[in-house]
Amino acid sequence: MFFDITDRPLEIEPLIRAVRSDATGGLVTFVGYVRDRSDDDRPVDGLSYEAHRELALDELRAIGAEASTRFGPARVAIVHRIGELGLGEAAVAIAVAAAHRGAAFDACEYAIDELKRRVPIWKKERYLDGDARWRENAG
Amino acid sequence: MLVRVLPFARIREIVGSGRLERDAPEGATAGDVWRALANDFPALGELAASTRLVRNGAFVDAAAPLGDGDELGLLPPYGGG
Repeated sequence: MFFDITDRPLEIEPLIRAVRSDATGGLVTFVGYVRDRSDDDRPVDGLSYEAHRELALDELRAIGAEASTRFGPARVAIVHRIGELGLGEAAVAIAVAAAHRGAAFDACEYAIDELKRRVPIWKKERYLDGDARWRENAG
Repeated sequence: MLVRVLPFARIREIVGSGRLERDAPEGATAGDVWRALANDFPALGELAASTRLVRNGAFVDAAAPLGDGDELGLLPPYGGG
């Protein structure tokens, strides 16, 4: 299990190394990227993320433990980037290893869904026209 | 008593700082301090019901009492991922 909030660029390989073991039969990764259009179709220049670091780490650990209990056993790694991100940069990376693929897919989906709902991280969209706006997750 | 207020994200931008010291009457609750701040900054009104309150690093509800020197974190709706 490996959880972090970082201002450094994300790489998926360290997460894979953190969760894979000889008991792993299936390993699923999810990477969320900064894309060039907003949900309401405005041209995006980049995103700014900030977090309540201590509470965010607590919540990531809790989500990882829940994902393993519900679907696993599974080993979970979640890292979220904060700071200024440009187009194409990774904002969040998740790796889940389990004995079989079903548990790994389910636990990975659970992890990203719960992250968006429960982890104290905030996102501001910066648009090409110079405008910027805080964007909240649904629910 | 003095309460150290830590506003995040949109709330931080509205109040213009990530760290405020607010005077509060003895016996004030987390909700009292949050409402008093929202009175001073009307733009916070739309966040009144959706903001989560954190006392000294732990989530609390609005009725939680504050003491002198306590930290009150103000967390607007999340946008991670």
